[in-house]
Amino acid sequence: MSTAKNEEPLSVVMAGHVDHGKSTIIGRLLAETGALPQGKLEQVRETCRRNAKPFEYAFLLDALKDEQTQGITIDAARCFFRTAQRRYILIDAPGHVEFLKNMITGASRAEAALLVIDAKEGIRENTKRHGYMMSMLGLRQLSVLVNKMDLVGYSQEVFEKIRADYTAFLERLQLQPVSFIPVSGMQGVNIAARSAETPWYTGPTVLEQIDRFRNKEFPDKLPFRLPVQDIYKFTEQGDERRILAGTIETGSIAVGDEVVFQPSGKRSRIQSIEYFNGPTKTSASAGEAPGFTLDTQLYVKRGEWMTKADQPPLKTSTRFRVNLFWMGRAPLIKSKTYKLKLGAIRSPVKLVDVLAVLDATELSTVANKQAVERHDVAEVILETPKPVAFDIVGDIEQTGRLVIVDNYEIAGAGIILAAEAAHSSTLEEHIRSREIAWKNSTIAREERTASYGHGAKFVVFTSADAALGETFAQTLEKQLFAKQFKTYYLGIENVKRGLDADLRAEGEIHDDHIRRLGELARILTDAGQIFITSLAGVDDYDLQALALLNSPHEIMVINIGENSFNRFEPALNLAADTPVTTGVEAVWNLLRQRHVIVDYQI
Amino acid sequence: MTHLDKLEAQGVHILREAYKEFKSLVMLWSIGKDSTVLLWLARKAFFGHVPFPLMHIDTSFKIPEMIAYRDRLALEWRLDLIVGQNTAALAAKQTFPAGTLSRVDCCKALKSEALRHTLSGEWPRLRMDHALGRYMPEEKREAFTGVIVGVRADEEGSRSKERYFSARDQQHEWDVSDQPPELWKQFKTDFAPGTHVRVHPLLDWTELNIWEYIERENIPIIPLYFNHGDGCRYRSLGCYPCTKPVESEARNVREIIAELQSGKFVNIAERSGREQDKEDGGLETLRRGGYM
Repeated sequence: MSTAKNEEPLSVVMAGHVDHGKSTIIGRLLAETGALPQGKLEQVRETCRRNAKPFEYAFLLDALKDEQTQGITIDAARCFFRTAQRRYILIDAPGHVEFLKNMITGASRAEAALLVIDAKEGIRENTKRHGYMMSMLGLRQLSVLVNKMDLVGYSQEVFEKIRADYTAFLERLQLQPVSFIPVSGMQGVNIAARSAETPWYTGPTVLEQIDRFRNKEFPDKLPFRLPVQDIYKFTEQGDERRILAGTIETGSIAVGDEVVFQPSGKRSRIQSIEYFNGPTKTSASAGEAPGFTLDTQLYVKRGEWMTKADQPPLKTSTRFRVNLFWMGRAPLIKSKTYKLKLGAIRSPVKLVDVLAVLDATELSTVANKQAVERHDVAEVILETPKPVAFDIVGDIEQTGRLVIVDNYEIAGAGIILAAEAAHSSTLEEHIRSREIAWKNSTIAREERTASYGHGAKFVVFTSADAALGETFAQTLEKQLFAKQFKTYYLGIENVKRGLDADLRAEGEIHDDHIRRLGELARILTDAGQIFITSLAGVDDYDLQALALLNSPHEIMVINIGENSFNRFEPALNLAADTPVTTGVEAVWNLLRQRHVIVDYQI
Repeated sequence: MTHLDKLEAQGVHILREAYKEFKSLVMLWSIGKDSTVLLWLARKAFFGHVPFPLMHIDTSFKIPEMIAYRDRLALEWRLDLIVGQNTAALAAKQTFPAGTLSRVDCCKALKSEALRHTLSGEWPRLRMDHALGRYMPEEKREAFTGVIVGVRADEEGSRSKERYFSARDQQHEWDVSDQPPELWKQFKTDFAPGTHVRVHPLLDWTELNIWEYIERENIPIIPLYFNHGDGCRYRSLGCYPCTKPVESEARNVREIIAELQSGKFVNIAERSGREQDKEDGGLETLRRGGYM
């Protein structure tokens, strides 16, 4: 046997409405391709005869489910078989609506689909729903099997009617099936062999059709997209490499290429492509999961995209329009925070608007819905607290897909249709209404300054090294205190264990720490304090949020060494090896320049 | 990309995701070919390193060559290896070889129970001390909530229903009928407190793929898998009282691949040498109760 041909299995999903005959067709396919263990067919025929039941090929599947010692495995999920051409993994997608999440799981693993329609019953609810799911999942190789043709007397008219109706339905989803095949699973018509019952049919049999399906090819011609999955440095093992790891979604990249990270906008060049136990790599493309080192030491975080500088960038926004399918037990509602997963992005996300709820089976719009119910398909606007980068599914399918987690479960799956203009964010709206309602103290700010001998300030030390930032911050606090200034240093760990001890919600923890710290800063600067904190690993959006939350007072950011923000301009940048005394002296000078500390009053 | 490249990249992606998402992660290493390929994939994913501990459940009935091979690789690859055992059942002679338990009950006691209590840290554990070059009792025993396992969907019915990331409740039970969706490389990585996760990077691999990959990567494999001239070899490794060699002439990896592609094993299940699967309920019963 040639090994080149059957090396790579093809995954095919069987879909369609319940009882339209998927199991019978699978049973037939297995029997007629010789995939069954010896004697199995005879054994099932014999059982049927003894129980006075007519034999059905579908019974084969049931019989095989309990079988422990056979050479192949079949169950509700997957079975393995081979034709003369190659090996197959056949995924049986449940036809019942309750099992749609299994259907989605199965179909998302498949490279091609067979969709079964009962000739007598015609197109039913899940015939359409499954068609819809395939379009959303991006499954383009679809063949429609019009089954039970024996029950309609192999009528060409019935077949053509179903073909016309279903083609029209799929057209609205921009899906064109590669073929429609009239079959009878029960009678074995056009499954493995062409039948005399349908002389009017000249297309392929099911077996010929699946052998014509092609293995999925990785999109290496599209722009390069790598979700940064993690950053490794195994120094304790004496390995000094700082490696960015991830699976390339699209495109290709080579050593020396200039790269841009999104959304941070940081730039660097590929120094090496890392791969364990293999020849040295100078390039890598879609589907591969190597590692990369860069020629500059950048602080990049999981969730960023690595892209090529000379190719179109991803879109960046806090708002996007999504076509969403909901599987959650509880509906998707506006007042709740969910978790978004998109590439390596993990972000809190909120539903801000339901534009339309589609009846997936009729493709008609249900008006005026404010929530998305289980098994609904809806066009919605989602919002994240910080901008995220993504592609429009029409541009690059692989990087325009997301899932939404509710109560620990993947509850929604969606494709991004458009980036929406980020009009004022939820945070800005909050600050606006907070400041309108804020009751000002009866003591004026100037009175406090005069009494304390200094102004108020929120001083934030940022450093990749948490301990270093803390040392600077505490030294400053000590020196200010020694001059009898009203000052207080608060480490983020104390906030987490105290004020934030109630935070449990998935994904939003980091943003809520920042939010509460910012609110606290607003209060303490209002009280005339020089309020100091130190933070590690904050990005541009964290700092913007803190600045916003602390308003109308101003923030003063002192950065030490490398950091993970890019656009935010700190008031002072100190090298990582700056001695503490020198650094703190520089902060004093800055406080003088900004008239927070007025020398003559000391 | 070849089919092996695709399987490798997928396994690597899953391992990195598990490492990022779960704090207390451990990989089960049964010493067999599948979990050794899994260990190799971890070295691929983390560029020669294995950044989490490995765990081996020693029933004391393992074929002696298996233990020698385990210790050799642990030292050579500097693996953080933890060994657990149901010492109580062994001391009380409550086992199948002692004649006091059925095969399935023996598996439950020496494997499932031992695994559960070793994962939770309730029972004593030995941990390889690389400075001393031997196992030492572990003082502070962390409970593991993420467990990486080398099961494959083609092994038997219940395994073909698995997800890449699969939740187990506090009793280690598995609800086969209500599993999370997995799509677009997004897995269930959020778990309620008290539940734990099994991660299955080899789910889509077949027995043939495992051997093809061992050949391609030149992974050191225990010689029990090969025929040494007596016309038989182990196809699957376990405890010696319950694992029988199969008749085979295959003397090396290449010959095993040829045998699986077109030889006598094309339609014979891999676990056919495992006697416990043939008892009432067999593997599905064992797996619902936490067997891997």
